[in-house]
Amino acid sequence: MSEPVTNVLMVGVGGQGIVLASDILAEAAAIAGHDVKKSEIHGMSRRGGPVFSHVRFGTRVHSAVIPEGAAGVVLAMEPMELLRWAPWAAPGASACYLSAPILPVGVEEYPDDLEAEIDRLFDRVVRVELAAIRRSVPMKVRNTALLGAASVFVPLAQEHFAQALRALSPRGTYESNQAAFDAGRALGGQQLKEVAHVE
Amino acid sequence: MRTRLLSGNEAVALGAWEAGVAVGCGYPGTPSTEILETLARQPEVYTEWSVNEKVALEVGVGAALAGGRALVTMKHVGVNVAADPLFTAAYTGVRAGLVIVTADDPDMHSSQNEQDNRNYAIAAKVPMLEPSDSAEAREFTKLAFELSEAHDTPVFLRLTTRLSHSKSLVDAFPDGAPVRTPAPIEPGFVADPRKYVMIPGHAKLRRRALAERWVALEELAETDPANRIERSSAGPAPIGVITSGIPYTYVKEVAPDLPVLKLGLVHPLPRRLVEQFAASVGRLYVVEELDPVIETRLKAWGIDCIGKDAFPAIGEFTPAIVAAGLGVDTGGEGLAPAIEVPVRRPGLCPGCPHDHVFNELRRHDMIVSGDIGCYSLGVLPPYNAMDTLLDMGASLTMAQGMEVVAPPDQKGRIAAVIGDSTFAHSGITGLLNAVWNGHDGLYIVLDNGTTAMTGMQPNPMSGERIGREEAPSVDYELLARAFHLPAENVGMVDAYDTGAISAAIDELAPRPGVRLLVVVGLCLIEGQKLKKLDRLTGKKDLRRELIALHPVGGPRE
Repeated sequence: MSEPVTNVLMVGVGGQGIVLASDILAEAAAIAGHDVKKSEIHGMSRRGGPVFSHVRFGTRVHSAVIPEGAAGVVLAMEPMELLRWAPWAAPGASACYLSAPILPVGVEEYPDDLEAEIDRLFDRVVRVELAAIRRSVPMKVRNTALLGAASVFVPLAQEHFAQALRALSPRGTYESNQAAFDAGRALGGQQLKEVAHVE
Repeated sequence: MRTRLLSGNEAVALGAWEAGVAVGCGYPGTPSTEILETLARQPEVYTEWSVNEKVALEVGVGAALAGGRALVTMKHVGVNVAADPLFTAAYTGVRAGLVIVTADDPDMHSSQNEQDNRNYAIAAKVPMLEPSDSAEAREFTKLAFELSEAHDTPVFLRLTTRLSHSKSLVDAFPDGAPVRTPAPIEPGFVADPRKYVMIPGHAKLRRRALAERWVALEELAETDPANRIERSSAGPAPIGVITSGIPYTYVKEVAPDLPVLKLGLVHPLPRRLVEQFAASVGRLYVVEELDPVIETRLKAWGIDCIGKDAFPAIGEFTPAIVAAGLGVDTGGEGLAPAIEVPVRRPGLCPGCPHDHVFNELRRHDMIVSGDIGCYSLGVLPPYNAMDTLLDMGASLTMAQGMEVVAPPDQKGRIAAVIGDSTFAHSGITGLLNAVWNGHDGLYIVLDNGTTAMTGMQPNPMSGERIGREEAPSVDYELLARAFHLPAENVGMVDAYDTGAISAAIDELAPRPGVRLLVVVGLCLIEGQKLKKLDRLTGKKDLRRELIALHPVGGPRE
């Protein structure tokens, strides 16, 4: 195998901003001086369907696709999507997800006990309660908030994220994106501490 | 030195711009669309969305003959549409460089088939380059223009979805910014009928010229740096791999130390280089997605290799598939959830204006001949309202064949459904065929004001061209009149007016002759974009007027 590569898988539902959030992460890794590749699929299969983006960085990255079972961090904008992609996560992986279930079209009932299953599967979990950000973080930048929360698992400095946010935020939205990122990062950090305390 | 994170598609646009490309044209199609969208932002380049891929390639050939470098982009199935000019452009040659991008879609992420367009390079006798990442996509685009001019031939650049939509670093801008180099050929058409007018007598000469060119290209393939051997030691190795494109990155991922012959030029293949590499390894694997193109060639040359016996011929590769085929243990067992989550199917966007027409078609128990685009989603629940889907424009013409042989209980129940961009691409010819040959049929255009599935490109029906410049749009009613459709057989309805749609189907379905129903409802995403440009109100008013002017059953007194 190649030298260690950081693998972050980002998943959600069409329209949740996974592509932009993953662009920001990849850009931050590039700014930090890493080799970077990212992979996603746009187009038909994405209209309301699941959306994913693979981000990989390290000294040298060959495949743009994360090998199955190799993702160290999974960020999910939706709980069901986190479980769907769990087979891509490595044993001991961390997860960060938004607790806002979205029912697929034509499905009547949301599966039970997802949270317990997520806690069982992943070693470290940051769960962002929709209630905690509903007021403070506008809908459009919740992707960035989740990226901020997940950033506690990602070996990149805050200044690299800040530079990437500045470079890639749509015109006039840098401040709101940076604020959302910071809010998410604070939530993520706080939850990790609480987990450590309980343990 | 500055680096940039670019998608394969963006990198192709950058490479073309740097190569001094004069013309970029194509038809939108996932995964190729962003190439032209990126190039269109460069004011030095003339770009257009052409009506269809055949038109795009012909515009490109014309530009190349007149001395301007041309980039023509399309998805894999688009090359089927463009195949007619393709095969003969290989005879005429080009003068200025002509690069045709084919973006193949292994696994059919957004396509109706997964044809391997390397077969086109072989059949049309056109050289083909295949990059493995964005940096190569940029370099190979420039190389393709050089090859095209040096050997007087169109050149294919083959991408796949995974390359088009993956991002990787592109570096080495000497002064911090890319530089556009003027193309070496002076613009201006130089008459040479024996080269450019393909009557049989001339074509026979060009066929021989092509054969001579091919000898030179085969020789070039042996030494061109796009083909390279990577190995850590010079001695014989037990296992070696021949690969190209995205599969190369998976080979390096799972077995970085194996000797590899990486092919950048995938047609023609370098026979001596392959033989030399094969002789230096014990077991030779050919790792290629889709068809056994390289493998078949090697076997014809008598070179023993393992290809499709170890790797699938269907679908996209993954690192795991490549590892398994090579017999490499990568260890990676992922997490195993105990809860199975339900499938999340794609569908029309919530609130899509054309949701209603599918419900009405189902309610009327129509046999629906469908077409490519967002509306193909009409086959899925909750609509379940589409019976056939083949290729661009096939809805109208397949409905014509069906109607001819339909038993009485099915006549009058067949409807064709097509989007506005697809209608312009190749639906209008189908409408003409119906009128000319006296078919009976109900043809429904679902006009959403844009080419939505591929990300909101203007089209000949939408009133804008590339870059959202204003353009004339085809008037459905005038078109129908020119085609001699009686006024009572033509009408427009508001996509949100369920009652009007239902009444229109009731009225038009049983009537003889050709009937054209245009269901007008602006795509929601396009609406958001128009709103930002302050054009939404104007566009909506215009469309409302059209509907009022052309009610179903002819103009009101």
